Formats: sequence, C-alpha cells, structure tokens
Amino acid sequence: MAAVATPVYLDCHATTPLDGRVLAAMRPWLEEGFGNPHSGEHAFGRRAAAAADEARAQTAALIGATAREIVFTSGATESNNLAIKGAARFERRHRQRRDKIVTLASEHKCVLESVRDLEREGFRAVVLPVLKSGKADLAALERAIDDKTLLVSAMAANNEIGVLHPLAAIAALARAKGALFHSDAAQAGGRIPLDVEADGIDLMSLSGHKLYGPKGIGALYVRHRPRARLEPLFSGGGQERGLRSGTLPAPLAVGLGAACALAGEVLVEEAARLSGLRHRFLQGLGERAAGLTLNGDASDRLAGNISLTVAGVEAAALMAEVPELAFSTGSACTSAEIQPSWVLTAIGLSAAEAASTIRIGLGRFTTAAEVDFAVCRLAAAIARCRHRAPGAPAAVDAAAVPA
Amino acid sequence: MARVYLDHNASAPVRPEARAAAAEAMAVAGNASSVHGDGRRARALLEDARDKVAALAGALPREVVFTSGATEANNLALAGCGRRLLASAVEHPSVLAAAGSPIPVDGEGLIDLAALERLLGEDDAPALVSAMAANNETGAIQPLGEIVALARRHGALVHCDAVQAAGRSAGPWREADLISLSGHKLGGLQGAGALIVRDGVALDACQRGGGQELGRRAGTEPLPAIAAFAAAAAATAADDLDALARWRDGLQDAILAAAPETVVLAGAAPRLANTLCAAHPALDAETMVIAFDLAGISISAGAACSSGKMAPSHVAIAMGRGDLARCALRFRFGWSSRASDAAAAAVCWRKVSARRAA
Repeated sequence: MAAVATPVYLDCHATTPLDGRVLAAMRPWLEEGFGNPHSGEHAFGRRAAAAADEARAQTAALIGATAREIVFTSGATESNNLAIKGAARFERRHRQRRDKIVTLASEHKCVLESVRDLEREGFRAVVLPVLKSGKADLAALERAIDDKTLLVSAMAANNEIGVLHPLAAIAALARAKGALFHSDAAQAGGRIPLDVEADGIDLMSLSGHKLYGPKGIGALYVRHRPRARLEPLFSGGGQERGLRSGTLPAPLAVGLGAACALAGEVLVEEAARLSGLRHRFLQGLGERAAGLTLNGDASDRLAGNISLTVAGVEAAALMAEVPELAFSTGSACTSAEIQPSWVLTAIGLSAAEAASTIRIGLGRFTTAAEVDFAVCRLAAAIARCRHRAPGAPAAVDAAAVPA
Repeated sequence: MARVYLDHNASAPVRPEARAAAAEAMAVAGNASSVHGDGRRARALLEDARDKVAALAGALPREVVFTSGATEANNLALAGCGRRLLASAVEHPSVLAAAGSPIPVDGEGLIDLAALERLLGEDDAPALVSAMAANNETGAIQPLGEIVALARRHGALVHCDAVQAAGRSAGPWREADLISLSGHKLGGLQGAGALIVRDGVALDACQRGGGQELGRRAGTEPLPAIAAFAAAAAATAADDLDALARWRDGLQDAILAAAPETVVLAGAAPRLANTLCAAHPALDAETMVIAFDLAGISISAGAACSSGKMAPSHVAIAMGRGDLARCALRFRFGWSSRASDAAAAAVCWRKVSARRAA
C-alpha cells in the first residue's frame, strides 16, 4: 500500500480543504487589493468591485444564473435564513395573501430553525416526512402545497446521507400553486450539475467552503424574472442591491468565484472518480466487515457520500478508535450533540441504529491509497469494537454492502 | 509611483500578521464544529482567536460572538435585545435604520447628554442606547463613560459600535454591554467581525441553524478571516498612534494654512489620532475625491456603503453643518501609512484647491 499522510481527511460534507488554485486566485486580493469594494470613489475600491463582479459572474455560471441574480452572503446558513425568512417577511409586509411554508424533515438545521422562527412569527409550517430512501415524497408534497403556500424549501443534496431530491419536479409543484421554490444547495453546489433555469428554482443557497473555497462566503441566487422578492435580514449600507448590507469581503468573494469556476470545469470528471472511490471503499470494507448498511438511495446521491450504519458498534467509539481518520458521526454543526440525527430518524433508523452510523465524505483530494488505508484501519477498528461488545455480528458477510 | 491610501476607516490593508494567520488557518482542513482531529485543530485556532479579540475589548472569551462583520453585529445587537432603541444621529446606517427619533448631537458631533437623559426618562420600556465609540467620518470620540453611567441609572443597556475606536483608542467603550467590532478595519480580512455580549445580557439569535457561537449566531465560523481579525487585533498594540496624530495634525495645519476658510469637522472634540474630516465651503467633495484619485491618492467623502452613489454626509447634517455636507473630505491614516502620505496629500490639496478656487 502506498504511504499515506495522516490524519486522512474524510469529512468533505462538514467542510472541504481550500483548493490551492482557489488560494492562488485569492492571494493578490489578500496581499494588495484590500480596497472596500463599495468605495467607488478611488482606484483601490474600484479594483475590488471589479473583482467582486467577476466572482459574481463565475458563481452565477455554475448554476445557470445571471450575475445580477447572485447575492453574496457570509455562508449557506445566512443564505438559507435570508431566503426563507426574507420571502416570508416580504409576503407579510407587502401582500399578505399566503402564510404557509412547506419543507422536509431531512433539511439542514438552519432551514428547519428558520421555519420554526417563522412559526413563532405566525406563519404556518408543514414539515413533511421523506421516503425511506431519503428522497422527497412527491405525492405528499403535492397534497401539502396549496394556494396559501408562499415557499417550498427542499435541499438539492442531503448533508448526511447525500441523497438528491428531484428538484425540477418539486419546483413544478410549487410553481403550479404560485409558491416560490428554494433549494439549499450547500452540499450539491459544485458536485452535481445545477441549472436554476432548467429546474425552475427561484432561490438557491450556496456555500464557499463546501466546494473547496473559503469559509465566510456564500451566495443566494434570487430569481430576477419573475422576480423572487425578499425582505433583507440586515439593514445598513444597502449593499447587494439592498438585500444584504455589510462590506462585501472581496477576497472571499474572489475565492468563491474561483471555486465555482473550477468546480464547473471538473465536476463531471470528479463525480465519476469519487463514485469509483466510493465503490472501492464499500467493496473493500464489505469484504472485511459484516453488518454494514448504506443509508439513503443507492443511486440518486452525491458521489462522495457514504452514510454507513455499522451494526453493534457505537459510532463515537469507532471514531475514537481511529484518530488517524477524520470522519464524523453526522452533520458538523451538531456533532457534539447527544440526540440522534433527525435525518437518520427521518429515514426510519432507530436511535440505536443512528448512534451506530458514521458519515464519510470523499472529496477532490481523496486518493485511492487513502481509501485503501481507511478501509484497513476501519475494518480493524470495527473488529476491535465488536470484540469489546459481545453479541454483535462477527462473521464476514460481503453481501451486506450494496456497493 | 505607489498609490497613497488614506481611507483606512473604510477598509485597512491586510497586515502581514493577519495574512500569516489567515494562511495558517486556510491550511487547516477542518470545520471547527467537527469532533475529529482536523476539527479540533480548527477549534483550537478559533478559540485562540477568541482570546485575542476578547483581550482587544477587555472581555471574557465567552462574551465574544463572531459574526460576518460589524453590520451583522450591529443588527444582531439591536434586534436581538428586543428593547426600545435610542441611537445617536451620527451612527452608522446599519444602526440608524433600526432607530426611531435619534439622540441629537452638538456641533462637534458629540451626544447631547441632557437630551439622552430626557429620552431615557420619557418611557418606562427598557431601553437600549446605541452610541458609537468614535465616528467613522470625523473621528469624534463620544463620552462613553458618561453615556454608560447615565444609561445604567435608567436601567438601560448600552450598545457601542467600536469599529473605528477598537485598536485606536483605549477609551471607556469597553464598558458597554454590547460592542460591535470589525476585522477588516483593523487590518484583518473582510468577512469577520464580532459582537461582544456581556455576561448576563440576554440576546436572541437572528440567524439560526447549527447552534454555533453558543447559539447566538449560527453558521460555520469563517476561520481564516477570524484568525486574521485576531492577529490584526493583537498587532494594534504596537501601532504608533502618536505618529498618526503627528501626520494628521501636519496635514490639517497644511490645509488650514492653504485655505483658512476650511472647516475641520469635530476639530474641537476629542478625536481618533488617525482621522481628519475637512470641508472647504467652495470645493465639492466628489470633484475633490476624483482629483485626488487621479493624483494617486485614495480618500473619501460619502460613506463607503451602497456602491457608487455619493450621498451628502448625514454626520455633517446632524452636526448642524448641512451647508458642508457635500464638501466634507475624509483623510484616514492607519498602520500602513507613512509620513510621506501626509505630505503628498497636503501637496495635492494645495494644487487642487488653488485650481478649483481660481
């Protein structure tokens, strides 16, 4: 086996390493081009503004949008809060015809919390269960979306189980009733092809650090025609066409733009490579350990995602057993929490099964040697954990893993 | 010829220390909320940064809530408190937007304490007084000690936008209950700021999600920008504020010598060492800024907010100098400034003003 530097990073759903090419694009802006992009009066400021404009166009291109439809934010959490609260509060302030928000039980916490905040403000929320595959139940969505619905929010790819929702179909259901459709594409951005025009998406959230760009920058796509109207979360200098006040961090925006441009170029090839690595991982581990279940739809999922329930093994104990591997038990935001993941609960896992589930995110810099190394170390660690917890399956059963 | 940058209050160049800290943080793969080794390394950098920012504000590390910048910090402070807001007329737009009738200021731009006392007494609903430590346009330093004492007597909390004062003035702004800070104004990166929330102050989050920052601000912390913020905060301790004051005063003297009818806004108030706001009644600020820009010198007039448009200075208007609102020019020195910058600005002023007045 080729030498592998440890720890091996296998947590690309929590965050991705900054791509050296993205850093190279940012470097001149970190070192020289420090102007405030809103200082249109002098050359420093204009240079920063021009760089931000280019980044806006690059970000738009990744999802088939136009530059003026991109609002830069501090990240996907803010984008999701802005999309959901912004759409609802605009409706309340200017139209007052609709008061219902429809979303799914497996959404990211910031989507669910934003919807809960709106419930406290008097909006009605419908949080629909998902199918056992983790995919949206289109029939249930069709029943739930009515002409009082102002917004439907469904993520493009799940952050724990990697499952992809049929965005175009959900968008069509929303549009048929005149509701806006928002999609949290923090995980999907740069990993699967996205096209807001073809899919009929009105609002879409992106994150910089999930696509090998910097932390501290994200974007919200806001459809221009027909216009998706939002109330801003912040007030202030009126930046981002009034939708998001605050100095635009030009170096970070340049990083997001470069990351989007790069992702657009390598996306298809990268997904194929990661899919191969995932197969290699599942096959390798399946040959060495029994009692493994891959969670979520086997084909409609992110190529680099592996959500694996390891029967009879505490995920936290397993993690502690292999400090040379960096993976997680669930979403990073809540990985220190004790409660079972609501995503895993939503697809029907018991609390015990959820506590035995690990999440692995393979990424752009994951190598085959690293996958082989991880398989060996994980298989040995699973055996050690099971040895200490009698009663768990001990025999090798390669057929247990759908690869 | 190298350009001269005299717009540090809009955004400061990134300090070498901040760049190094950001580079170090960028090399860490992890998300600070992840449990594994990479995540713990990110967490350690984050908490080290929190200590440094806390030290800048005389706060405890747990009182530091990292945000995307000062605009978000201001919005979070004002909305999160759920109190009746009293804000001075010279505040940043992100504060003014949330305020009702503003607290008036005097001719130097300083808060009228008698008016504040009256406003505090008018209503029994718990109040939040928002007062900036130092004004971004004029550099005038508010009497925060008196404002805090007055507010406490009336059971009010005080929010202080210390974006310009932090690292430039030790002052009593550290006594406020809520304090907004910005990384890039100190020479960090754009994209990180903080709200200091004193122990015991109840704050509702505006942005919910993963429960980061003790539930007060959700979202993955932008580690490189935060590390740069902290490094810049620590580096301010070595800044030579006396030199900035000398250069500023030298430029001010040169401008007044060349055109005695020029008004220095807040010239009689205690001021930040780095800031000069000068208005010549016959010289239009926008024209002057462009002339300076062509001469290779970056200065500003309207606040650097919504792109492109140059609005009259709301600060000059609040100070009763609406006649000068379109003439106020701002020269703001900072860590990267040199003595020759002041000299270059003085020469340019003389040339341009002589040409315009002719």
